[in-house]
Amino acid sequence: MDQNIQSVVEFPESKLERLKAKQRTIRNYFLSAPALIVLTIAASGPLFIMLFYSFLTADEWGGVVWQGSLQGWFEVFMRHDIFDGTLLPADAHLSIFWRSIKLSLVTTLLCIVFGFPTAYFIATRPRSQRSFWLFLVTVPFWTNLLIRTFAIMQILSHSGFVNKFLQSLGLIEEPLRLLYTETAVTIGMAYVYLPLMVLPLYATIERLDFSLLEAAYDLYASRLQVLRRVIIPLVKPGLVAGSILVFIPSIGAYVTPRLLGGGKSLMLGNLIELQFGQGRNWPLGAALSITLLVIVMVAMLFYVRSTSRSGVNHAH
Amino acid sequence: MRQLKNSIIISSVAASMLFVSQSVSAAGELNIYNWGDYTSPELVTKFEETYNVTVTITDYDSNDTALAKVKAGGHGFDIAIPSANYMPIWISEGLLLKTRPDQMSNFKNVLPEWTNPDWDPGRHYSVPYQWGSVGMVVNTDVYSGDINTSAIAFDPPEELVGKINVAPEMGDIIGMALYYVGSEPCTDDKAALKKARDVLMAAKPKWVSMTYGIKEPFASGDIAASVYWNGDAMRTRQETPSVHYGYPKEGYVLWMDSVVVLKDAQNVENAKLFQNFMMEPESAAIASNFAMYANGIKGSSEFMLEILATAPEVQIPAEHLPNGRFIEMCSAEVNKLYSGIWTEMMK
Repeated sequence: MDQNIQSVVEFPESKLERLKAKQRTIRNYFLSAPALIVLTIAASGPLFIMLFYSFLTADEWGGVVWQGSLQGWFEVFMRHDIFDGTLLPADAHLSIFWRSIKLSLVTTLLCIVFGFPTAYFIATRPRSQRSFWLFLVTVPFWTNLLIRTFAIMQILSHSGFVNKFLQSLGLIEEPLRLLYTETAVTIGMAYVYLPLMVLPLYATIERLDFSLLEAAYDLYASRLQVLRRVIIPLVKPGLVAGSILVFIPSIGAYVTPRLLGGGKSLMLGNLIELQFGQGRNWPLGAALSITLLVIVMVAMLFYVRSTSRSGVNHAH
Repeated sequence: MRQLKNSIIISSVAASMLFVSQSVSAAGELNIYNWGDYTSPELVTKFEETYNVTVTITDYDSNDTALAKVKAGGHGFDIAIPSANYMPIWISEGLLLKTRPDQMSNFKNVLPEWTNPDWDPGRHYSVPYQWGSVGMVVNTDVYSGDINTSAIAFDPPEELVGKINVAPEMGDIIGMALYYVGSEPCTDDKAALKKARDVLMAAKPKWVSMTYGIKEPFASGDIAASVYWNGDAMRTRQETPSVHYGYPKEGYVLWMDSVVVLKDAQNVENAKLFQNFMMEPESAAIASNFAMYANGIKGSSEFMLEILATAPEVQIPAEHLPNGRFIEMCSAEVNKLYSGIWTEMMK
């Protein structure tokens, strides 16, 4: 279908039109200037401050002294043993990074497992009903994240809904330990970020040409084959976009791990907060934030590359 | 007291930005920066009505948050309520206004033991707000043994393994571990610190959480023991009667939070009025009735709830008195060691 729509590129034929086009460009820049300025200041300003702070010396009681130092960056990767001063890798940071990445990946996976059927369901409703289902997806956003997290705590707690239900069925004798575990953190994050997976998936599934599915069935493809060889390749851009949208906030999540995880095992967001609070090591906190940013950027690059590749595939 | 509100950090950052642009030194305002769930609404109303002043309360969740924020400037607060061990930093960093509470009219009400504390000699800056201890909160239905020991957290009995919460307060917890290994908080004795670290590392897998707010998890059964502050223990007992408070015989930490006026306060006169107001027996009693901690004001017990007068959490039993000590602020060097132990433990 895409090939039918020929995009017509217009080259300005006369000087007058070239001038007009130039004016249009200038006007567009002019009109977008306020937004660009706000974005530049609000988005890159704090980043540069963070970058700058990461190269300063920590002040005794929090804050920084205006003296250059690489200590903050050094401490991201290495540490001296607290007691005998031997140089060691910063294994605490490593295991916290690993936990964050691991939980974020599991969260993303869970969101795909639950988000894909949801998006597929919505996209295959009659057009008039779709907006209603989409509207339902946005309902959780009406309530503050903190309150929803407290509600999940009630559900998972020792005398909460899940345990009461399982006990009433006679499946368990003693209440299960659900709250304050990594499982609880993953459930919480998957719940919170699920809409971010459903929405981009819905957008791609909605544009899916269902006659292709019929064609596949006509050629004796099994259901699984249709899913694997037709649907998934076609909705890949939405899948990748949704995964990125879920992975990025998960890896920096702060409230959910703190409340549902019981604060016993840190995630990256909590580690960074610790440096600006009781740890009193702002340069290390800043350096860790930048490290997190780099991880996110790598994830984004992966996204851009794989979507552009799938775009090429799409044209075939 | 130190119930966490997770949105605090976000909202207070936003609030502080608003303050920068909006703070006007109107005569009838007072901005108080206090721990979360620690300021009695009744107290605020009483002050507002007495002095025709509008009071705004902003919460913080730890001494470090408060210190960092005030140090950064542009916060718009007039009053803060830091803990004793942090007071020397607030003073030496020049963050406080020398309001001389010792010359105020109500200073005569301060109990003699609180008139000349080490952390603010002669009370030139601060007025007592509440004081208490850090101890063991235990559901005695789950564990009926001796609860007056920090072994509850550091070498827990079988019944409590996997059901223990520990307040995520670095100074208090490492201090308690140092008492447990026979040393003292803030020691620079590396052998003792190492022992404390080993105790903490071995105990941590037996804990279930390190979080603020114990009332609900005790009620729901998610936790059966916690290292926590005495007033919160008492508030928890009101809902879960089987919860009791133990004073570790190995040693436990005492603290006092005091009302100070910030150097860059916009409403200095109102802030001073508030300091004097907090030394009135009735005001101190209202604060205690809400937070369920003791105050340092003579004659306040007359206005206090009856349950507070007899509560073993608030009135330290005589046999446990000698084991409690005020902790000092550790030196920056020791704090680095603390911080290293803490990160290692939290990984």
